[in-house]
Parts: sequence; C-alpha cells; structure tokens
Amino acid sequence: MTLDDISITLVYSAMAVYAIAFVAYAIDLARRSAVATRAADEAKAAAAAGVATADSPVAVGASAGAGAPAGAVAAGGPGGSTPTSAKPASGTVRGAASVAYGKSPALRVGVAMTVIAWALHLAADVTRGLAAGRVPWANMYEFALTGTLVITSVYLLVLVVSKHDLRFLGTFVTGLVLVLLGVATVNFYVVVAPLPPALQSAWLVIHVFVATSATGFLALGFALSVVQLLQARRESLVASAKAVKQNFLATLPDSATLENLAYRVIIIGFILWTFTLMAGAIWAEAAWGRYWGWDTKEVWTFIIWVVYAGYIHARATRGWRGSRSAWLAIIGFSTVLFNFTVVNLFFKGLHAYSGL
Amino acid sequence: MSPRSDPDALSRPGDHIDSPEREPDASVTQPKLGFVGWLRFGWRQLTSMRTALLLLLLLAIAAVPGSLVPQRSSDPNGVTQYFADNPDLAPVLDGFQLFDVYTSAWFSAVYLLLFLSLIGCVIPRTKHHFEALRARPPRTPARLSRLAGYTERALPGAARSDAAQGERRQQEPSDASRRSAYPADLEPRVDAAIAKAAEQLKRAGYRVERYDVRGEASVSAERGYLRETGNLVFHTALVGVLVAVGIGGGFGFSGQRVVVEGQSFVNTLAAYDSFNPGRFFDDTTLDPYRLSLEELDAVYETRNQEAIGQPIDFTATVSVQAQGKESQPGVVKVNEPLRVHGTDVYLLGNGYAPTITVRDPDGEVVFTDAVPFLPQDANLTSIGVVKVPDGLEEQLGMVGFFYPTQTTLGSGAYTSSYPDLVFPVLTLNVYQGDLGIDGGEPTSVYTLDPSSMEQLTGGSTGVESIELMPGETVDLPNGLGSVTFEDVSAGAGADPAADEGDYSQSVSRFASFDIHDDPSQGWVLVFAVLIIAGLLVSLFVPRRRMWVKAVQRDGAVVLEYAGLARGEDPGLEDAVASFADRHAGTATDAAAATPAPEAAPPGESADDRPNPST
Ligand code: HEM
Repeated sequence: MTLDDISITLVYSAMAVYAIAFVAYAIDLARRSAVATRAADEAKAAAAAGVATADSPVAVGASAGAGAPAGAVAAGGPGGSTPTSAKPASGTVRGAASVAYGKSPALRVGVAMTVIAWALHLAADVTRGLAAGRVPWANMYEFALTGTLVITSVYLLVLVVSKHDLRFLGTFVTGLVLVLLGVATVNFYVVVAPLPPALQSAWLVIHVFVATSATGFLALGFALSVVQLLQARRESLVASAKAVKQNFLATLPDSATLENLAYRVIIIGFILWTFTLMAGAIWAEAAWGRYWGWDTKEVWTFIIWVVYAGYIHARATRGWRGSRSAWLAIIGFSTVLFNFTVVNLFFKGLHAYSGL
Repeated sequence: MSPRSDPDALSRPGDHIDSPEREPDASVTQPKLGFVGWLRFGWRQLTSMRTALLLLLLLAIAAVPGSLVPQRSSDPNGVTQYFADNPDLAPVLDGFQLFDVYTSAWFSAVYLLLFLSLIGCVIPRTKHHFEALRARPPRTPARLSRLAGYTERALPGAARSDAAQGERRQQEPSDASRRSAYPADLEPRVDAAIAKAAEQLKRAGYRVERYDVRGEASVSAERGYLRETGNLVFHTALVGVLVAVGIGGGFGFSGQRVVVEGQSFVNTLAAYDSFNPGRFFDDTTLDPYRLSLEELDAVYETRNQEAIGQPIDFTATVSVQAQGKESQPGVVKVNEPLRVHGTDVYLLGNGYAPTITVRDPDGEVVFTDAVPFLPQDANLTSIGVVKVPDGLEEQLGMVGFFYPTQTTLGSGAYTSSYPDLVFPVLTLNVYQGDLGIDGGEPTSVYTLDPSSMEQLTGGSTGVESIELMPGETVDLPNGLGSVTFEDVSAGAGADPAADEGDYSQSVSRFASFDIHDDPSQGWVLVFAVLIIAGLLVSLFVPRRRMWVKAVQRDGAVVLEYAGLARGEDPGLEDAVASFADRHAGTATDAAAATPAPEAAPPGESADDRPNPST
C-alpha cells in the first residue's frame, strides 16, 4: 500500500465519520424544532389557563426533558431523556428572542464525530503531502482535500473561540465538506504527479493556502448569513404577530447576533482574500511576467474581492445592514464556489492547474 | 449603538450607519434648485455610501463578461478564433467592446466614477480626522447606565464612612463655591480614583480628559483613532494603485522574442518579434545589451508511470553582454526571471527549432536555418513553416510537422508520444508558387498562405509528404533540389562518439522570452502593502470610548464605568469590565494610602500621609 493509497483510505474513513456527524447534527436540528414547538404550545396552554401573561418567561429547558417525545429520545440516545438543566429561559416565546434549549446529546455526538473526522481528514491530507513530497494543494483534488480540511478546522476553531454556541452550524459544515469531498474523490482524483515548473514556487505554499483558508472563513460566514436571513424572517413574522410555526430557529441566536458573527468571520476571510489576490499578483509577476493580466481566474478573484468589499460597505450603509448585506455574503460565497468549480473546470486561462 | 449626535459622524457620508439620520432632504422640498444646488446635490449623491456600494457591485458585474469572452489583452488568439467561430456575433460583441472589457468605455466609466466617489469621500474624512486627532475626547454623558458594558464598583472604603459622611455634610451645609457634590471627606478619595483611572486609561492607549460636570468628577477617554487612520490609508492606497498602474505603467514596455540555442538578440526595437510600448514609452531608453541563449535544458518525468513526460524543469542558460563589457552568465527559469539592465527577462515558452537546409538542383545551398516550430500539445507535436523566397526557379514554401518522439496512431496519423527527443521525425508538405511576401505586407513567419501556390506533396496530391529524421536528406519533387534535416549534434561535432540512435541532442531548442520593464511595479507593491496594513488596522483596532464617573448615591460614592463602540467592537463589554476590575482593584491600593476618615487624625490631609501598607 502506497502512501497515497493510505491517504485515500483515510479520506473515505473521514467521509464516513463526517456522515455520522451530519446525521447527529440533523437530529439535533429536528429536536430543536420539537422543543420550540412544545414551548409554544405550553405558552398557549398557560395563557389559556390564565396563569401566565403573554410575556411570562417559559422555562423550556426544564419542560423539554419532562415530556420529551419518543422521537427525540430515540434520536438523542439514552441521554436524551434526562431532564435538561433548568437554565432560566432567556426569552419569551411570544417575543423574537430565542427559546432556551439546554443540552443536546445529539449535538455532542455531532461535535465529537466532527473532531474524529477532522483528525482522519488531517491525516489523509498529510499523507497525501508526504506521498507527493510537497504541499498537498497543487491540483483540484488536492485543493478540495485541503480546502475542506480548512473549512472543518475553521469551524472547530470558531467553536472554541466564540462566546456563542455555534454548534448548530455543524449540519451545514459537515454537509458541505461531505459533498465537496465526495465530488473531489469521485470526479477530481488524480494520482500524485510532479509539480509543473510554473507551480514550483514558494508562492504555491503561501498563495494557495491563504486562498483556501479564506474560503474556510467565507463558508462559515455564508452559513451564518443564511441562518440570519431565516431568523430575520421568523422574527418579522413573530413581530407582526402572525401565527408562526416554531422551528429550530427559535433555539438559535437572534438575527442581529448572527449578523455580527457573520461579519466577524467574513472580515477575516476578506483580509485573507485580499492577501490571496496580492500574493497571486506577485507570483504572476514572477511566473508570467506581469502582475495582473485579467486572466479568467484573476477576474474572478477580483470579482469575489469586490463583492465582499460591497458586503462590508453594505454593513455600514443605512438601509443595507441586515438582510440585504446577508444576501451579499451569500452572493459572495456563491462566487467563491463558482470560482473553484466552474472557472477551474470550464474556463480557459493560464490557471490550468486542475490536473484534470 | 452610536449616539445620533456624534460629531465624528459628520465627516462620514450622510447615509453611513453612524451618521445622524437626516430630516427628509431639505433640498427636495425646496421648490427649485439652483445650479450650485444641483451640483451640491449631485456631489452628495455621488459620495454617499449607497453610491459607493452600488458602484462596487456594478464593478463586480461589469468584470464578468471579460471572463466569458476571450480578451485581446490576454488571449489574442482566442479572439481570432472567436471571430472565426461566430462570424455574425463577434462584430456585434466587438461593438460593445466585449473583447476589450477592461479598457472599455463602460468598464472605465464604472471604476472612474467609483474612484471619484472614493476621493470625494476620503478628502473630507481625512480633513476631519486630522481635527479629531487634536480634539478633546467628548464630554461624559449624563447617564452612563444606558451605555455598553455599564458596570459599577464601590468607591473603596466608602461604605465604612457612611456615618462620618452624614456628619461632615451637616457641618458644611452650604458651601456654594464648591464644585463637588461629594462629602468633603470623600473628596480626596474620589479625586485619587478618577486620577488613577485617567492615568490607567492613558497607559492603555486612550486619550483622556477629565470632566467635572454638575459636580460629578469623571474621566472621558477615547482610543482607536488608528482605526479611522487605517481606513483612510486603505482607501487612499487604492487610489495610489490606480494611479501607479494608470500612469506608471505607461512608461514601460513588453516585448517577445524567440531565440534558438546558440543564437542571440540585441535589446533594440527592431529585434523583437512583437513589442508593446506603454503610452509614454521612449524607445531610446532601451539599453542595447546582447542576450545569447547558450542552452535550453528541459527535464521531463521519466519514472512516475502516471506522469511520464510531464515537464519538471526548464532552464535557459544565457549570457548577457552590455555594450563594451564582458559578457555575464545568467539563468532564466519559469518563476525565476532574470533581472538585467532595467529589464526583466522571462522564460515563457520553449520548443524545437529543426535546422533545415534546402539545396537547388545543383547542390547549392539556397536556405539553411533553425526554424522554430510551435508546440501544439503537451508532447510537443509542433508546426512550423519554411519559406524559401530566393534561389529557386519559383518560390518554395513548406509546412512541416515535427514529432520529437513519433508514433503512429491507429488511424495512421502521426503524433508525438513524449516531449523529449527519442525518435524525432519531421514531415513536410511542399508548396510552389508565390509566397506573398514581396508585396511588403507583413506576414507571420509561422503561417503560410497557400492561396497562390501549388501543393506538391501531401494532401490530395497523391505524392507522399516528405519524411525525415535528423541527418537525412531527400529530393524535392519535380527535381527542384533537395531538403536536409540537419543533425546539429553531428554537425557541431560536439559529440562524435554519440551512439547510433541517440537523438537526444540532434535538434536545437528555442526559448521564447518575454522582456519587460514596468516602472509602476514597485509603487504598486508599496500601495498594496499599505492596503493590507490599513485593512488590518481598520478592521481589528477597536475604536471605543470609555468613561469612569464618580457619582454620589444615597450618601455613598459609586464609581460608574461604561463604554461606547465606534464601529464593530465585539470586545467592548469585556474591556469595560476588566478595566473596572483593574481600576477598582488598584483604586483599593490607592485608597489604602488614604486612610479611612475615622483613622485620620483631624486636620491632617489624607494625601500627605505615607502609604503604610507598601
Ligand atoms: C474602490 C472602491 C472601494 C473599495 C474597494 C472599498 C473597500 C472598503 C473596505 C474593504 C472597507 C473595510 C475596511 C476599512 O474599514 O478600511 C471599507 C470601508 C469603508 N469605506 Fe470603502 N471602498 C471603496 C470606496 C469607498 C467609497 C467611494 C466610499 C465613500 C463613499 C467609501 C467609504 C467607506 C467607509 C465610510 C468605510 C468604513 C465602513 C465602516 O464604518 O465600517 N469607500 N471600504
């Protein structure tokens, strides 16, 4: 078994564990919906009984354990039925604020599996690099392998650093990583090949790695922006007192918090992207004799940069903060994905390094 | 989060999130706007955040077509091909400058407007920022409790003095000249605490100002001016890049030249195969040095079964000779340009240049040269053209294919299966007639226009194409003479002992050099560094205000702490809390130096006492 074979085996193992993590996160989301719905029902019942006024807090966390539906118990495993800590509910059901959610075994399984998958993924990436005798990001397959590793790493890093509980993003992160890894191994895989002369440069290490890292942060920003939009929609429905079917969103941070979080990850991604663009220009100067030539890949790097500059401006423009800027973050990440897939595969240009 | 009355926001565009919300624009309700009014209105629109945003998005959209349609600047052959493939559509697209997107009128309009907006936005902000740098931090708000991170700490030692306080207060019921509303015995303590806060804040990089408003002592502090500085540096550096590229780039040039091994070229206008001067380029500034290609070394993968023939390395060994000087050795590689005499020399391509000799029927040489053949695929199947204008009865043209390692496909067609010289074969189709080069029209050396020529071999002529290996000679059809594919290794006599069948040195290679000078490059780099630095500073330096105020409440004095974020500042509340802890903690030490009132002998000022505990 060659190192590359070992790497591939590790990739498949990582994918299997990611899949388990994904399922666990999905179960957690389902459970969140159940908790939120029940909280709403209880609030209604309480209101009907005249016990509670409209804005009395409902300790959802406590009630969740008591009457956990069979589904949640089965999904969460034995731990699911233990009463969750009766944290004081942080909000009211009628208001836009979130429903307290408490502990979720499924979530913990999800995170644990993500960590294991990440370790396997890291090992796969390192062995690929060892097999090639160079950094493992010199063709599409390797970009995808390393890029997804960075996405997971950024996610885990943010979990550690952030004051907010962002584990709910796990569904998105593991889902995205799983899909990209799947496509990469099935469609992009190439055996280890030597570096073409144009890639033999220290800039390969820097430029491509920074670009990949930027993608990791922007991906997370995208996920947060999507949830922000959903949350904002829910909040406006709640505010206009229309009947809202409570779902998992009720257990998540409010849209303003999500927006701030998205902004913070995206500006890190943006700075990395700015650096990518400049490092690329310096490399292009050495390799092709001009630092900027509007090659297709350069064009799309520029477009991405400008879209995110627009996003940052939108955040500072009256009337554009909130949902509109979230849409820009979503468009921004779509251009990132477009750049990585369609531009790499179908557009003609100097950056013909997909290895396909 | 920002107060509406922030003077700082005045320099921002009116629709910046931190700017005070305007009344519905007065100019709109005015019955009539004068010319100046319109101008002012237009300028305000142009320099608004919304315009900047829309122009940015427009710029992103405007850049897209350039990636869908080949561009003359980066892919001229692609444009030619596009015209050939879409003869109806291409001229229409050309009318919209879609083959020159990045120099087109509409793309330029978008970015010039954007930069105009940028300049209009940055100048007043810069002016205002300079003023702000000299201004005092704003007055402490009346009520801190509404602000971010609001927290309180007891004035150290205050609780113990409650009784004494009441007493003293009564002793001095109305002292109108006093500013302070604090009990006299606490005053030194308050004063020490506020002074301490001011000092600590100053040390933490804040600009501080003491305010005593309505008898309440406070310190107002602000930090993070660097954030705005960074933002202004960032935006200004963007303009710098544009100017450097737009003006500086005009003084440069780029030229391409193909050089065969053993040959050289002199850096003069006439020597280039193609030359693109910048707008302000003066060709007398070209330094006429001589660049000779000694050897082009190509290394291909031979071991990895999956990647056989993949290029590993190209190295052009050259020598450079300035006028009247010794020649200097040099190396040009991909990714490693050679920087000589104010120019940068890049190795952009390489290929084979078979040496072909044509003799007339009497055996006299009428043509001999190393002819560069242009590579068509990764295994260097190459196409070249030989033109023999003189010496024969009629002009002769030959279109040739060169296969460094020839193999035959199932269809009988030839191809190359490896890029190095293992089994080199040259095939030639011969044309006779008018080469079309006498009319003075420039023609490419790489193409042959057979329209006024007669084909003698290959194709539908029924005569086999000429096929040669290095060192071989065959007769041309119709007794026109002969053609030889020279074996340069034999000819040079460099390696007479070479094995029969070793062709590795039999054909010369050529390098295609790109020679540039771009005086704007250094400037662009400087501005790029400023952009990154400005960006980091403006996005990560928190700009915040902090206040510490001593207020009297029910006879006791409480220290209040609060902050205000100017822009994104996730760490603000923590910063206020940790400052309060630190300050109250050290304030305790300071207070320890000031003994409790009970312990103080009457008449002795607390401040004069030495610190007993330290
Ligand atoms: C070439 C066009 C422009 C680009 C690429 C650009 C990019 C950026 C970026 C990346 C930021 C965030 C980093 C920082 O704060 O320094 C920013 C902030 C800002 N830009 Fe621009 N900008 C452009 C034009 C403009 C124009 C025309 C205006 C004025 C109308 C403007 C006003 C601002 C302001 C006020 C901020 C601060 C935002 C805040 O308070 O968070 N920019 N810009």
